[in-house]
Amino acid sequence: MRTLTFARRMAREILRDPLTVFFGLGFPLLLLLLLTAIQKNVPVALFDLERLTPGIAVFGLAFLTLFAATLIARDRSSSFLQRLYTTPLTGADFILGYTLPLVPMGLAQSAACYAAAAALGLRVTGNILWAILAALPVSLFFIGLGLLCGTIFSDRQVGGLCGALLTNLTAWLAGIWFDVDLVGGWFRRLAEALPFLHAVELGRAALRGDTAGYAPHLWWVLAYTVPVLILAAAVFAGKMRKND
Amino acid sequence: MDGIAAMGLTKRYGDLTAVDALTLTIDAGERFALLGVNGAGKTTTMRMLACLARPTAGDALVDGKSVVREPGAVKARIGLSPQETAVAANLTAEENLLFMAGAHGMGKADARARTGELTEALGLGPILRRRAGKLSGGWQRRLSIAMALISRPKVLFLDEPTLGLDVLARAALWEVIRSLEGVTTVLTTHYMEEAEALADRVGIMAAGRLLCADAPAQLKARTEADRFEDAFLAVVREAGLG
Repeated sequence: MRTLTFARRMAREILRDPLTVFFGLGFPLLLLLLLTAIQKNVPVALFDLERLTPGIAVFGLAFLTLFAATLIARDRSSSFLQRLYTTPLTGADFILGYTLPLVPMGLAQSAACYAAAAALGLRVTGNILWAILAALPVSLFFIGLGLLCGTIFSDRQVGGLCGALLTNLTAWLAGIWFDVDLVGGWFRRLAEALPFLHAVELGRAALRGDTAGYAPHLWWVLAYTVPVLILAAAVFAGKMRKND
Repeated sequence: MDGIAAMGLTKRYGDLTAVDALTLTIDAGERFALLGVNGAGKTTTMRMLACLARPTAGDALVDGKSVVREPGAVKARIGLSPQETAVAANLTAEENLLFMAGAHGMGKADARARTGELTEALGLGPILRRRAGKLSGGWQRRLSIAMALISRPKVLFLDEPTLGLDVLARAALWEVIRSLEGVTTVLTTHYMEEAEALADRVGIMAAGRLLCADAPAQLKARTEADRFEDAFLAVVREAGLG
Protein backbone atom coordinates (compact mmCIF):
# COMPACT_ATOMS: atom_id res chain seq x y z
CA MET A 1 0.00 0.00 0.00
CA ARG A 2 2.80 2.40 0.98
CA THR A 3 4.74 1.38 -2.13
CA LEU A 4 1.73 2.22 -4.30
CA THR A 5 1.30 5.58 -2.56
CA PHE A 6 4.94 6.36 -3.30
CA ALA A 7 4.72 5.08 -6.89
CA ARG A 8 1.59 7.19 -7.55
CA ARG A 9 3.39 10.29 -6.35
CA MET A 10 6.38 9.51 -8.58
CA ALA A 11 4.12 9.03 -11.64
CA ARG A 12 2.30 12.32 -11.01
CA GLU A 13 5.53 14.26 -10.56
CA ILE A 14 6.95 12.95 -13.83
CA LEU A 15 3.82 13.22 -15.97
CA ARG A 16 3.16 16.79 -14.81
CA ASP A 17 6.58 17.97 -15.96
CA PRO A 18 6.16 19.26 -19.55
CA LEU A 19 9.86 18.68 -20.31
CA THR A 20 9.40 15.01 -19.45
CA VAL A 21 6.53 14.63 -21.86
CA PHE A 22 8.48 16.43 -24.59
CA PHE A 23 11.73 14.48 -24.22
CA GLY A 24 10.11 11.15 -23.41
CA LEU A 25 7.54 11.15 -26.16
CA GLY A 26 7.59 14.27 -28.35
CA PHE A 27 11.30 14.30 -29.21
CA PRO A 28 11.57 10.62 -30.32
CA LEU A 29 8.39 10.95 -32.38
CA LEU A 30 9.73 14.12 -33.97
CA LEU A 31 12.92 12.27 -34.93
CA LEU A 32 10.89 9.45 -36.41
CA LEU A 33 8.89 11.87 -38.54
CA LEU A 34 11.98 13.79 -39.64
CA LEU A 35 14.04 10.74 -40.61
CA THR A 36 11.09 9.18 -42.41
CA ALA A 37 10.67 12.41 -44.37
CA ILE A 38 14.40 12.31 -45.27
CA GLN A 39 14.05 8.68 -46.36
CA LYS A 40 11.30 9.63 -48.82
CA ASN A 41 13.68 12.00 -50.58
CA VAL A 42 16.75 9.79 -50.94
CA PRO A 43 17.05 6.84 -53.32
CA VAL A 44 18.87 4.45 -50.94
CA ALA A 45 17.39 2.73 -47.87
CA LEU A 46 18.90 4.86 -45.09
CA PHE A 47 16.13 4.96 -42.54
CA ASP A 48 13.62 2.27 -43.35
CA LEU A 49 10.99 1.95 -40.63
CA GLU A 50 11.71 -1.74 -39.83
CA ARG A 51 15.23 -0.78 -38.71
CA LEU A 52 14.63 2.77 -37.53
CA THR A 53 11.60 2.29 -35.24
CA PRO A 54 13.20 -0.10 -32.70
CA GLY A 55 16.18 2.28 -32.53
CA ILE A 56 14.04 5.35 -31.91
CA ALA A 57 12.08 3.39 -29.29
CA VAL A 58 15.32 2.62 -27.40
CA PHE A 59 16.51 6.22 -27.78
CA GLY A 60 13.25 7.38 -26.14
CA LEU A 61 13.74 4.91 -23.29
CA ALA A 62 17.16 6.45 -22.51
CA PHE A 63 15.29 9.46 -21.13
CA LEU A 64 13.83 7.24 -18.38
CA THR A 65 17.26 7.44 -16.75
CA LEU A 66 17.08 11.23 -16.73
CA PHE A 67 13.54 11.26 -15.30
CA ALA A 68 14.34 8.83 -12.49
CA ALA A 69 17.72 10.36 -11.63
CA THR A 70 16.41 13.94 -11.62
CA LEU A 71 13.53 13.17 -9.28
CA ILE A 72 15.64 11.15 -6.84
CA ALA A 73 18.46 13.73 -6.81
CA ARG A 74 15.89 16.52 -6.30
CA ASP A 75 14.26 14.58 -3.46
CA ARG A 76 17.69 14.35 -1.83
CA SER A 77 18.68 17.99 -2.31
CA SER A 78 15.31 19.36 -1.15
CA SER A 79 15.39 17.21 2.04
CA PHE A 80 12.17 15.55 0.87
CA LEU A 81 13.87 12.18 1.36
CA GLN A 82 14.94 13.22 4.87
CA ARG A 83 11.31 13.91 5.67
CA LEU A 84 10.30 10.53 4.24
CA TYR A 85 13.02 8.75 6.22
CA THR A 86 11.08 9.72 9.37
CA THR A 87 8.03 7.80 8.08
CA PRO A 88 7.58 4.01 8.19
CA LEU A 89 8.52 3.72 4.47
CA THR A 90 11.12 0.98 3.99
CA GLY A 91 14.02 0.72 1.54
CA ALA A 92 11.93 -1.63 -0.63
CA ASP A 93 9.07 0.92 -0.67
CA PHE A 94 11.45 3.59 -1.98
CA ILE A 95 13.17 1.44 -4.60
CA LEU A 96 9.94 -0.08 -5.94
CA GLY A 97 8.18 3.28 -5.67
CA TYR A 98 10.81 4.96 -7.82
CA THR A 99 10.98 2.06 -10.30
CA LEU A 100 7.45 0.77 -10.84
CA PRO A 101 5.75 3.83 -12.38
CA LEU A 102 8.46 4.14 -15.01
CA VAL A 103 7.93 0.60 -16.34
CA PRO A 104 4.45 1.26 -17.81
CA MET A 105 5.75 4.65 -18.99
CA GLY A 106 8.53 2.88 -20.91
CA LEU A 107 6.06 0.44 -22.46
CA ALA A 108 3.65 3.28 -23.33
CA GLN A 109 6.53 5.25 -24.89
CA SER A 110 7.43 2.26 -27.09
CA ALA A 111 3.80 1.63 -28.00
CA ALA A 112 3.42 5.29 -29.05
CA CYS A 113 6.59 5.01 -31.12
CA TYR A 114 5.36 1.90 -32.97
CA ALA A 115 1.88 3.42 -33.41
CA ALA A 116 3.45 6.50 -35.03
CA ALA A 117 5.63 4.26 -37.22
CA ALA A 118 2.55 2.28 -38.28
CA ALA A 119 0.86 5.53 -39.28
CA LEU A 120 3.96 6.36 -41.35
CA GLY A 121 3.89 3.02 -43.16
CA LEU A 122 5.41 0.35 -40.89
CA ARG A 123 3.80 -3.00 -41.74
CA VAL A 124 1.42 -3.89 -38.91
CA THR A 125 1.93 -7.46 -37.65
CA GLY A 126 1.66 -9.26 -34.33
CA ASN A 127 5.43 -8.91 -34.00
CA ILE A 128 4.94 -5.27 -33.02
CA LEU A 129 3.57 -6.51 -29.68
CA TRP A 130 6.75 -8.55 -29.13
CA ALA A 131 8.85 -5.53 -30.05
CA ILE A 132 6.97 -3.42 -27.49
CA LEU A 133 7.46 -6.16 -24.90
CA ALA A 134 11.19 -6.13 -25.71
CA ALA A 135 11.21 -2.62 -24.23
CA LEU A 136 10.64 -4.13 -20.78
CA PRO A 137 14.22 -5.27 -19.94
CA VAL A 138 15.60 -2.20 -21.70
CA SER A 139 13.36 0.08 -19.62
CA LEU A 140 14.48 -1.65 -16.44
CA PHE A 141 18.12 -1.09 -17.42
CA PHE A 142 17.61 2.63 -17.98
CA ILE A 143 15.48 2.99 -14.81
CA GLY A 144 18.11 1.17 -12.72
CA LEU A 145 20.78 3.47 -14.11
CA GLY A 146 18.62 6.46 -13.17
CA LEU A 147 18.14 5.15 -9.63
CA LEU A 148 21.90 4.69 -9.31
CA CYS A 149 22.83 8.12 -10.72
CA GLY A 150 20.11 9.93 -8.73
CA THR A 151 21.36 8.30 -5.53
CA ILE A 152 24.99 9.23 -6.12
CA PHE A 153 24.94 12.56 -7.96
CA SER A 154 23.35 15.98 -7.41
CA ASP A 155 20.41 17.14 -9.51
CA ARG A 156 22.75 19.40 -11.54
CA GLN A 157 25.17 16.57 -12.20
CA VAL A 158 22.46 14.16 -13.36
CA GLY A 159 21.35 16.74 -15.92
CA GLY A 160 24.76 16.52 -17.57
CA LEU A 161 25.40 12.84 -17.04
CA CYS A 162 22.00 11.36 -17.80
CA GLY A 163 20.64 14.13 -20.00
CA ALA A 164 23.62 14.82 -22.25
CA LEU A 165 26.14 11.98 -21.86
CA LEU A 166 23.85 8.97 -21.71
CA THR A 167 21.49 10.09 -24.48
CA ASN A 168 24.53 10.78 -26.68
CA LEU A 169 26.05 7.39 -25.88
CA THR A 170 22.74 5.77 -26.77
CA ALA A 171 22.39 7.84 -29.92
CA TRP A 172 25.91 7.04 -31.22
CA LEU A 173 26.55 3.51 -29.96
CA ALA A 174 23.15 1.88 -30.47
CA GLY A 175 23.32 1.68 -34.28
CA ILE A 176 20.10 3.63 -34.61
CA TRP A 177 20.95 5.90 -37.54
CA PHE A 178 23.88 4.03 -39.04
CA ASP A 179 25.36 0.56 -38.98
CA VAL A 180 28.26 0.40 -36.48
CA ASP A 181 30.05 -1.91 -38.93
CA LEU A 182 30.46 1.10 -41.20
CA VAL A 183 32.81 2.61 -38.59
CA GLY A 184 34.26 -0.73 -37.52
CA GLY A 185 37.35 -1.21 -35.32
CA TRP A 186 37.26 -0.13 -31.68
CA PHE A 187 33.98 1.73 -32.20
CA ARG A 188 32.20 -1.48 -33.23
CA ARG A 189 33.83 -3.44 -30.38
CA LEU A 190 32.79 -0.76 -27.88
CA ALA A 191 29.24 -0.69 -29.23
CA GLU A 192 29.03 -4.48 -29.00
CA ALA A 193 30.35 -4.49 -25.43
CA LEU A 194 27.71 -2.00 -24.24
CA PRO A 195 24.00 -2.78 -23.96
CA PHE A 196 22.62 -0.04 -26.25
CA LEU A 197 23.26 -1.76 -29.58
CA HIS A 198 21.90 -5.05 -28.22
CA ALA A 199 18.78 -3.28 -26.95
CA VAL A 200 18.08 -2.02 -30.47
CA GLU A 201 18.92 -5.36 -32.11
CA LEU A 202 16.60 -7.07 -29.61
CA GLY A 203 13.74 -4.83 -30.79
CA ARG A 204 14.65 -5.39 -34.44
CA ALA A 205 14.73 -9.19 -34.02
CA ALA A 206 11.37 -9.06 -32.24
CA LEU A 207 9.89 -6.93 -35.01
CA ARG A 208 11.17 -9.38 -37.66
CA GLY A 209 9.75 -12.31 -35.70
CA ASP A 210 13.27 -13.73 -35.58
CA THR A 211 13.11 -15.81 -32.40
CA ALA A 212 16.59 -17.27 -32.94
CA GLY A 213 18.13 -13.80 -33.24
CA TYR A 214 16.29 -12.63 -30.14
CA ALA A 215 18.07 -14.55 -27.38
CA PRO A 216 21.72 -13.36 -27.56
CA HIS A 217 20.71 -9.70 -27.48
CA LEU A 218 18.27 -10.32 -24.62
CA TRP A 219 21.06 -11.95 -22.58
CA TRP A 220 23.36 -9.00 -23.27
CA VAL A 221 20.72 -6.54 -22.09
CA LEU A 222 19.90 -8.63 -19.02
CA ALA A 223 23.61 -8.96 -18.21
CA TYR A 224 23.61 -5.19 -17.72
CA THR A 225 20.07 -4.76 -16.33
CA VAL A 226 20.29 -7.19 -13.41
CA PRO A 227 23.63 -5.95 -11.97
CA VAL A 228 22.63 -2.31 -12.47
CA LEU A 229 19.34 -2.86 -10.60
CA ILE A 230 21.07 -4.77 -7.79
CA LEU A 231 23.81 -2.14 -7.50
CA ALA A 232 21.28 0.71 -7.55
CA ALA A 233 19.19 -0.94 -4.81
CA ALA A 234 22.30 -1.64 -2.71
CA VAL A 235 23.67 1.91 -3.06
CA PHE A 236 20.26 3.43 -2.28
CA ALA A 237 19.84 1.18 0.76
CA GLY A 238 23.36 2.09 1.93
CA LYS A 239 22.68 5.80 1.55
CA MET A 240 19.35 5.36 3.31
CA ARG A 241 21.09 3.78 6.28
CA LYS A 242 23.32 6.86 6.41
CA ASN A 243 20.20 9.03 5.92
CA ASP A 244 21.76 10.75 2.92
CA MET B 1 6.23 11.19 30.94
CA ASP B 2 8.84 13.55 29.48
CA GLY B 3 8.39 14.58 25.86
CA ILE B 4 12.13 14.19 25.33
CA ALA B 5 14.93 13.10 27.65
CA ALA B 6 18.46 13.24 26.21
CA MET B 7 21.26 11.61 28.18
CA GLY B 8 24.83 12.37 27.14
CA LEU B 9 23.81 12.57 23.49
CA THR B 10 26.98 12.92 21.42
CA LYS B 11 27.77 13.06 17.72
CA ARG B 12 31.30 13.05 16.35
CA TYR B 13 32.41 13.25 12.72
CA GLY B 14 36.04 12.17 12.81
CA ASP B 15 37.85 14.68 15.02
CA LEU B 16 34.93 17.10 15.04
CA THR B 17 32.47 16.86 17.92
CA ALA B 18 29.24 18.28 16.51
CA VAL B 19 27.21 17.62 19.68
CA ASP B 20 28.99 17.11 22.98
CA ALA B 21 27.27 15.02 25.69
CA LEU B 22 23.94 16.83 25.55
CA THR B 23 21.73 16.14 28.55
CA LEU B 24 18.30 17.73 28.48
CA THR B 25 14.69 17.12 29.45
CA ILE B 26 11.76 18.63 27.59
CA ASP B 27 8.28 18.31 29.11
CA ALA B 28 5.45 16.78 27.14
CA GLY B 29 3.53 19.58 25.38
CA GLU B 30 6.36 22.08 25.87
CA ARG B 31 7.60 24.39 23.08
CA PHE B 32 11.39 24.29 23.24
CA ALA B 33 13.80 26.28 21.06
CA LEU B 34 17.38 25.31 20.37
CA LEU B 35 19.14 28.61 19.75
CA GLY B 36 22.66 29.10 18.46
CA VAL B 37 24.78 30.47 15.67
CA ASN B 38 25.54 28.40 12.55
CA GLY B 39 27.52 25.28 13.42
CA ALA B 40 26.39 25.28 17.06
CA GLY B 41 25.03 21.72 16.77
CA LYS B 42 21.28 22.49 16.71
CA THR B 43 20.43 20.65 13.50
CA THR B 44 22.64 17.66 14.39
CA THR B 45 20.84 17.42 17.74
CA MET B 46 17.51 17.48 15.98
CA ARG B 47 18.67 14.88 13.45
CA MET B 48 19.67 12.53 16.27
CA LEU B 49 16.36 13.04 18.06
CA ALA B 50 14.50 12.36 14.79
CA CYS B 51 16.55 9.18 14.16
CA LEU B 52 18.18 10.69 11.07
CA ALA B 53 21.67 10.47 12.58
CA ARG B 54 22.82 7.74 14.94
CA PRO B 55 24.43 9.09 18.13
CA THR B 56 28.12 8.29 18.59
CA ALA B 57 27.44 8.02 22.32
CA GLY B 58 24.53 8.52 24.69
CA ASP B 59 20.83 8.05 24.03
CA ALA B 60 17.57 9.97 24.06
CA LEU B 61 14.01 8.96 24.81
CA VAL B 62 11.40 10.54 22.57
CA ASP B 63 7.94 10.05 24.03
CA GLY B 64 9.50 7.25 26.06
CA LYS B 65 11.17 5.43 23.14
CA SER B 66 14.91 5.16 22.62
CA VAL B 67 16.38 6.72 19.46
CA VAL B 68 19.15 4.11 19.58
CA ARG B 69 17.22 0.93 20.33
CA GLU B 70 13.69 1.74 19.03
CA PRO B 71 14.05 4.07 16.03
CA GLY B 72 10.93 2.58 14.40
CA ALA B 73 8.82 3.38 17.44
CA VAL B 74 10.31 6.88 17.61
CA LYS B 75 9.52 7.50 13.93
CA ALA B 76 5.90 6.52 14.55
CA ARG B 77 5.66 9.30 17.17
CA ILE B 78 7.36 12.23 15.46
CA GLY B 79 6.82 14.72 12.66
CA LEU B 80 9.66 16.62 10.99
CA SER B 81 9.70 19.82 8.97
CA PRO B 82 13.24 20.08 7.58
CA GLN B 83 15.18 23.29 7.00
CA GLU B 84 14.48 23.12 3.27
CA THR B 85 10.75 23.18 2.59
CA ALA B 86 10.81 19.55 1.40
CA VAL B 87 7.53 19.44 -0.51
CA ALA B 88 6.74 17.50 -3.69
CA ALA B 89 6.82 20.39 -6.18
CA ASN B 90 4.52 18.96 -8.86
CA LEU B 91 1.84 17.78 -6.44
CA THR B 92 -0.84 20.12 -5.14
CA ALA B 93 -0.82 21.05 -1.45
CA GLU B 94 -3.69 18.62 -0.87
CA GLU B 95 -1.90 15.81 -2.72
CA ASN B 96 1.21 16.45 -0.63
CA LEU B 97 -0.82 16.00 2.55
CA LEU B 98 -2.59 12.89 1.27
CA PHE B 99 0.75 11.46 0.10
CA MET B 100 2.32 11.93 3.53
CA ALA B 101 -0.74 10.34 5.13
CA GLY B 102 -0.31 7.35 2.79
CA ALA B 103 3.41 7.15 3.60
CA HIS B 104 2.44 6.85 7.26
CA GLY B 105 0.04 4.02 6.37
CA MET B 106 -3.17 5.93 7.08
CA GLY B 107 -6.36 4.72 5.36
CA LYS B 108 -8.08 6.88 2.73
CA ALA B 109 -10.93 8.08 4.95
CA ASP B 110 -8.60 8.94 7.83
CA ALA B 111 -6.18 10.68 5.46
CA ARG B 112 -8.99 12.82 4.03
CA ALA B 113 -10.32 13.65 7.49
CA ARG B 114 -6.87 14.63 8.80
CA THR B 115 -6.17 16.70 5.67
CA GLY B 116 -9.43 18.55 6.31
CA GLU B 117 -8.51 19.17 9.96
CA LEU B 118 -5.08 20.55 9.08
CA THR B 119 -6.45 22.65 6.21
CA GLU B 120 -8.78 24.29 8.72
CA ALA B 121 -6.22 24.60 11.53
CA LEU B 122 -3.40 25.99 9.40
CA GLY B 123 -5.57 28.02 7.01
CA LEU B 124 -4.46 26.11 3.90
CA GLY B 125 -7.83 26.48 2.12
CA PRO B 126 -6.73 29.11 -0.43
CA ILE B 127 -3.78 27.06 -1.70
CA LEU B 128 -5.08 23.52 -1.32
CA ARG B 129 -5.46 22.89 -5.07
CA ARG B 130 -2.30 24.74 -6.11
CA ARG B 131 0.97 23.01 -6.98
CA ALA B 132 3.38 23.16 -4.05
CA GLY B 133 6.29 24.25 -6.25
CA LYS B 134 4.39 27.38 -7.29
CA LEU B 135 3.63 28.53 -3.73
CA SER B 136 5.43 31.38 -1.96
CA GLY B 137 8.07 30.52 0.65
CA GLY B 138 5.66 31.28 3.49
CA TRP B 139 2.95 28.99 2.15
CA GLN B 140 5.48 26.24 1.46
CA ARG B 141 6.66 26.40 5.08
CA ARG B 142 3.10 26.28 6.32
CA LEU B 143 2.41 23.28 4.09
CA SER B 144 5.65 21.68 5.31
CA ILE B 145 4.48 21.97 8.93
CA ALA B 146 1.08 20.54 8.00
CA MET B 147 2.83 17.59 6.33
CA ALA B 148 4.81 17.02 9.53
CA LEU B 149 1.58 17.06 11.54
CA ILE B 150 -0.40 14.69 9.29
CA SER B 151 0.31 11.58 11.38
CA ARG B 152 -0.77 13.25 14.66
CA PRO B 153 2.77 13.17 16.07
CA LYS B 154 3.46 13.41 19.79
CA VAL B 155 6.67 15.33 19.09
CA LEU B 156 7.17 17.86 16.29
CA PHE B 157 10.59 18.96 15.04
CA LEU B 158 10.83 22.26 13.15
CA ASP B 159 14.29 22.97 11.74
CA GLU B 160 14.72 26.73 11.15
CA PRO B 161 11.01 27.09 10.33
CA THR B 162 11.11 30.74 9.24
CA LEU B 163 14.52 30.86 7.57
CA GLY B 164 14.47 33.21 4.59
CA LEU B 165 10.88 34.40 5.09
CA ASP B 166 9.83 38.05 4.99
CA VAL B 167 8.42 39.76 8.09
CA LEU B 168 4.76 39.17 7.21
CA ALA B 169 5.23 35.50 6.32
CA ARG B 170 7.26 35.01 9.51
CA ALA B 171 4.56 36.59 11.68
CA ALA B 172 1.91 34.40 10.05
CA LEU B 173 3.99 31.28 10.66
CA TRP B 174 4.59 32.23 14.28
CA GLU B 175 0.82 32.29 14.73
CA VAL B 176 0.60 28.79 13.27
CA ILE B 177 3.35 27.49 15.59
CA ARG B 178 1.76 29.15 18.62
CA SER B 179 -1.56 27.51 17.79
CA LEU B 180 -0.09 23.99 18.04
CA GLU B 181 -1.44 22.62 21.29
CA GLY B 182 -0.75 19.34 23.01
CA VAL B 183 2.27 18.46 20.89
CA THR B 184 5.84 18.69 22.17
CA THR B 185 7.55 21.06 19.76
CA VAL B 186 11.29 21.40 19.29
CA LEU B 187 12.42 24.14 16.95
CA THR B 188 15.88 25.22 15.95
CA THR B 189 16.52 28.83 15.12
CA HIS B 190 19.25 31.41 15.04
CA TYR B 191 16.77 34.28 15.30
CA MET B 192 16.80 35.56 18.91
CA GLU B 193 13.37 37.19 18.64
CA GLU B 194 11.89 33.97 17.30
CA ALA B 195 13.15 31.89 20.20
CA GLU B 196 11.91 34.48 22.69
CA ALA B 197 8.51 34.85 21.04
CA LEU B 198 7.71 31.19 20.52
CA ALA B 199 9.41 29.06 23.15
CA ASP B 200 8.45 28.19 26.71
CA ARG B 201 12.15 27.47 27.23
CA VAL B 202 15.24 28.15 25.19
CA GLY B 203 18.36 25.99 25.07
CA ILE B 204 21.42 27.96 24.01
CA MET B 205 23.99 25.93 22.10
CA ALA B 206 27.53 26.83 21.03
CA ALA B 207 30.37 24.66 19.73
CA GLY B 208 28.24 21.52 20.17
CA ARG B 209 27.51 22.16 23.83
CA LEU B 210 24.23 23.04 25.51
CA LEU B 211 25.20 26.03 27.66
CA CYS B 212 21.86 26.49 29.43
CA ALA B 213 18.14 25.83 29.09
CA ASP B 214 15.64 28.18 30.68
CA ALA B 215 12.63 30.42 30.05
CA PRO B 216 13.57 33.57 28.11
CA ALA B 217 12.55 35.82 31.03
CA GLN B 218 14.68 33.77 33.43
CA LEU B 219 17.66 33.97 31.10
CA LYS B 220 17.34 37.75 30.91
CA ALA B 221 16.98 38.02 34.70
CA ARG B 222 19.95 35.75 35.33
CA THR B 223 22.25 37.70 33.01
CA GLU B 224 20.74 41.07 34.04
CA ALA B 225 20.07 41.84 30.39
CA ASP B 226 17.23 44.00 29.08
CA ARG B 227 17.20 42.39 25.67
CA PHE B 228 17.16 38.67 24.95
CA GLU B 229 19.98 39.10 22.44
CA ASP B 230 22.19 40.52 25.22
CA ALA B 231 21.27 37.57 27.44
CA PHE B 232 22.31 35.19 24.66
CA LEU B 233 25.66 36.97 24.20
CA ALA B 234 26.27 36.99 27.97
CA VAL B 235 25.67 33.23 28.21
CA VAL B 236 27.97 32.47 25.27
CA ARG B 237 30.73 34.80 26.56
CA GLU B 238 30.40 33.39 30.06
CA ALA B 239 31.23 29.99 28.59
CA GLY B 240 34.31 31.49 26.94
CA LEU B 241 32.90 30.89 23.45
CA GLY B 242 31.98 34.39 22.31
